Amino acid sequence: MQFRFMTPWLLVLPAVGWLLVFNIWPALNTVVLAFTNAKPLGGGHFVGLDNFTRMLDDSQLADALVNSIVYMVICLPLLTIAPLLIAVLVEKKLPGITFFRTAFYTPVVASAVVVALIWGWLLADRGLVNGLAQQLHVISGPLPFLTDRWLLLISAVSLTVWKGLGYYMIIYLSALGNVSHELHEAAAVDGAGPVRRFLAVTIPGVRRSMLLVSILISVSALRVFSELYVLSGGTGGPGGRDTSMVMLIQMYSRGFSGHLGYASALSLVLFVVTIGPMLLLLWINRKAD
Amino acid sequence: MARGGGFNSTSHGEKILRYALLLVVLAITIGPFLWQLSTSLKGLGEDVYTRTPSFLPDQPTLSNYGEVARTIPVLSYAMNSLIVAAVVVAGNAIGATLAGFALAKLRFRGGRLVLGLFLATLVLPSEVTIISQYVTVRSLGLADTLLGVALPGAIGMLNVLLMRTAFQAIPADVDAAAIMDGANAWQRLIHIGLPSVRGMLSVVAIFSFIGAWDDFLWPLIVLTDPDKYTLTVGLQYLNSTFSSNPRLIAAGTMIAFLPIVAVFAALQRFFFKGVEEGAIKG
Repeated sequence: MQFRFMTPWLLVLPAVGWLLVFNIWPALNTVVLAFTNAKPLGGGHFVGLDNFTRMLDDSQLADALVNSIVYMVICLPLLTIAPLLIAVLVEKKLPGITFFRTAFYTPVVASAVVVALIWGWLLADRGLVNGLAQQLHVISGPLPFLTDRWLLLISAVSLTVWKGLGYYMIIYLSALGNVSHELHEAAAVDGAGPVRRFLAVTIPGVRRSMLLVSILISVSALRVFSELYVLSGGTGGPGGRDTSMVMLIQMYSRGFSGHLGYASALSLVLFVVTIGPMLLLLWINRKAD
Repeated sequence: MARGGGFNSTSHGEKILRYALLLVVLAITIGPFLWQLSTSLKGLGEDVYTRTPSFLPDQPTLSNYGEVARTIPVLSYAMNSLIVAAVVVAGNAIGATLAGFALAKLRFRGGRLVLGLFLATLVLPSEVTIISQYVTVRSLGLADTLLGVALPGAIGMLNVLLMRTAFQAIPADVDAAAIMDGANAWQRLIHIGLPSVRGMLSVVAIFSFIGAWDDFLWPLIVLTDPDKYTLTVGLQYLNSTFSSNPRLIAAGTMIAFLPIVAVFAALQRFFFKGVEEGAIKG
């Protein structure tokens, strides 16, 4: 009898251990470290709000914030709309549709590093995109996709959108299953064409999923690291220069160049920036259940 | 998803249009991979920079793959990735299943508190704690080890919640009948629980594998010894140190990419089945 009361706790014990050691403890520790001048090898003492006041004068951080926001703002509409259109395209169960669905999902399962290296080769000065564009006389010389600050950001956006298409397509696909079929039929009877039905029936039907997707995009855009890190040649700055492109790269480079405390303070800022969309997400999920 | 005829019977024109659009999207999503594959198969004698690109290599060769293996220990990198992925998959399959079952089907003191804590971690992106995470792993003496790379992700909090959702879908009267028959918690888990959560379990396993195999930032932080690199970190190393030859980088990316595609292609029906059961919600 006594054993029976123990069983549930035995079952959750490993997961609770992981929760404490790898989630709650690091979270608390981040908060503590943010108010110290700790170095990677330990030590450090309380410095109050120093790390936070330092941020105000940090021009690299300002750049990274601007980049993160621009990146997010461009990704958001593209990744909210394009996967929905693709989901509508693969919804109808035509012969071979499973192949297309799987193929469209492939960029999602590829590592960000793999994808960034492929993109780097496509967009290199002598790569396919520049080569083709010059061949067709669209441009006279190669465009510096990977070395110009803004072009690099645009290149990263194109990579993110391409890699995300399949992921959000799947979310929309499961939402489309719930869109009332009768409404579509009624609209068709009333003479509404495919575009009209898409706007008047499909979009309202997946409204909540669109909101969900746009929140997911915002949060993941703020967390981008690998794509930009690899695309820019391992420093996070355009053309391999040592300026950090986005918030997370900034945090990484500070943390491992000896400023653990400052990096932890940056982590807190990142958390504050992402918590809004995350809470909204949870709230929507709650309402959905 | 069974749908009636009439309205839904696709017209010939619409079918052609749909397939045409599908092929356009296919070219966009798969094209870059094929171009990379093609580059990796082109010999040194073939100009990869040509302005009139040829998708088919003149004389396909595997020599670039051999060259990658001579430049970086790519096989042992792949082995390292595999070890990390195996630990992560096993940990999640076992840990998340046990906890998910207890949280869904057993009532116990503190259960709600535990559930609340699991839910709370969802608003905490792992990147936010990644630096303290490193401090933790180092204080466990696991810095620069594969175990240190694998351990933090070995039980994902989201996976626990996904498994809980799957177990909750088991009708209460099935459970009640089992309890009436005198089944204890373990018997209920093994004979009733496991058979009905296979879809979700495979989604959790597939995504644990993909996540571990693809991860870059965390192994980059934990590992310093180039001999212990996982494949993604090794690729970045190859790219930043020996980037003069695009054929070489292309071959390297294919070595990292092809196994994951094979795994996904082999298991995609479980994945899409799991999706239909509601694994992907956000």
